[in-house]
Amino acid sequence: MVGVPTIINLCLVWLPALASVVLSFTRWDGIGLEAIEWAGTRNYEEIVTTYPPFWPALAHNVIWLAFFILIATPAGLLLAVLLDKGIKGTRIYQSAIYLPVVLSLAIVGFIWQLLYSPDQGMINQLFNIEVDWFGNPRINLWAVLVAASWRHVGYVMILYLAGLKGVDPTLKEAAAIDGASEWQAFRKVVFPAMRPVNVVVLVITVIESLRAFDLVYVINGGRNGLELLSALVTQNIIGEASRIGYGSAIAAIMLVISTVFIVVYVTQILREEKA
Amino acid sequence: MSGAESTAGVRVGRRTEAAATATVERKRPPVRPGRIVLHAFLALTALAFLFPLLYAVFTSLRSYADTAARGYLSFPRELTLENFAKAWRTGDIPLHFLNTVVVVLPSLVLILLLSSFVAFGLSRYRIPGRRILLVVFTAGNLLPQQILLTPLYQLYQLIDDSDFMYDRGWYVYDSYWGVIAIHVAFQIGFCTFVLANYMQALPEELTESALVDGASAWRQYWGITLPLCRPPLAALATLEFTWLYNDFLWALVLMSSGDKRPITSALNNLRGQFFVDNNMLAAGSLIIALPTIVVYFLLQRHFIRGLTLGATKG
Repeated sequence: MVGVPTIINLCLVWLPALASVVLSFTRWDGIGLEAIEWAGTRNYEEIVTTYPPFWPALAHNVIWLAFFILIATPAGLLLAVLLDKGIKGTRIYQSAIYLPVVLSLAIVGFIWQLLYSPDQGMINQLFNIEVDWFGNPRINLWAVLVAASWRHVGYVMILYLAGLKGVDPTLKEAAAIDGASEWQAFRKVVFPAMRPVNVVVLVITVIESLRAFDLVYVINGGRNGLELLSALVTQNIIGEASRIGYGSAIAAIMLVISTVFIVVYVTQILREEKA
Repeated sequence: MSGAESTAGVRVGRRTEAAATATVERKRPPVRPGRIVLHAFLALTALAFLFPLLYAVFTSLRSYADTAARGYLSFPRELTLENFAKAWRTGDIPLHFLNTVVVVLPSLVLILLLSSFVAFGLSRYRIPGRRILLVVFTAGNLLPQQILLTPLYQLYQLIDDSDFMYDRGWYVYDSYWGVIAIHVAFQIGFCTFVLANYMQALPEELTESALVDGASAWRQYWGITLPLCRPPLAALATLEFTWLYNDFLWALVLMSSGDKRPITSALNNLRGQFFVDNNMLAAGSLIIALPTIVVYFLLQRHFIRGLTLGATKG
């Protein structure tokens, strides 16, 4: 009963994840296992020195994460706090803000194309300007981040709404009696009390920033200003220049980054289970 | 309409500060002006979030000739459903919807069945290493999918090259089964985590008394535990349907024939045809988004419960 699903999970998730690390130290054209050659750290050396899209992709992932952590996630938290006051119409506001979460990021890209496209897009027609929002490599990452946040804000908001419901209301009352302002009570009492949710939101924000792919891929295949690590991995399998070693090395780097946060998350689960 | 919307968009920025200071200054008793500011802020934010979809509806209902002549921000002369018909035909939508059904339904059933097996086993029996197993399942679901991509692609090729598969004309790469398999493997992690937590919280006396009555493990699982798990199963079914429907990556990489791809992955082939005509693009996007939007409106409660079950219960 437990065995079959465990084997499926190990073979199709964990085995490939570890194989990515092994393959990252090899040179292989993907045809026949006997053609695999040991390459040491050469893939890594080449990626950081002679593979042009690597550094832009890494930088874009960092910008993506920073934008989510500094803007989209706090916006979701703010909305959750405001909606948690339970004023009339809360459910309607909540449903509207949360709606984009059910859309795939690929569809998000399509819908924002309606606003962003250079000659038919709403924004350019409204302001009578000619900006290629998705095409110009100096600005397209920011245009994409706005579209991606449209979805992320609602996601974070729902998680925090659940988190706020779980905070013992007597904590807030006690803080108020002690003369704390609403802001102080939130910062010193409510926010720390939501620690488990904070960890979940942090992990989800980081992982989602690493996973980000669909949106840039439907726009331009993840090129020309929209390079991301995830897009480079894909390009190295199904793209025109398929280099398995490169793809695997980038995947291994992603694995290291995500492992840090997965460990944080798992530690919390285990701690809660004990408590 | 759109003019008012965009000034609303500008105003949202200022309202944010206003609302923030209002929260800071206001102490316990809710003051009327603060409440009004709060309402205005939330209403405008909600409208701003709905705006891209409302604009898509607006654009999809206008003829291309009308918008080409008078711009997208003009008052529509007439409304038409023609763009929907055009997108439906151009995008081969029925074919791709059928592919989605073929991939999503078996995946969904297998995910819920297999993860409830594991969850039952882990929560009812003292299996050695059960905590490690739970961590393996949970952590696996958090990996960015791209990490598995290269080896998985190669693994599928290797399986297909084996004599066993080749002699029978079977293959997993570019097949529905190949995509279903990775969906199941990847998603049982999350569902096992949620279900195991839920089952652990059920009173143990329930299955114990059944055990005393001589009920088999299967009866304890199917007859007693599973019916009690209806709430998390409904939540997970809703959430997983949306996730599977929205999958873009797996079918894109593990299928090479465009006409086998489910609707979301097919978007990549439709890009070229859709992006020339915003009216058709709007209609096509709405058609494809509709199933998840309908699920959202009908099953919102389950959807939200699914997400928060995974997040707030450790």
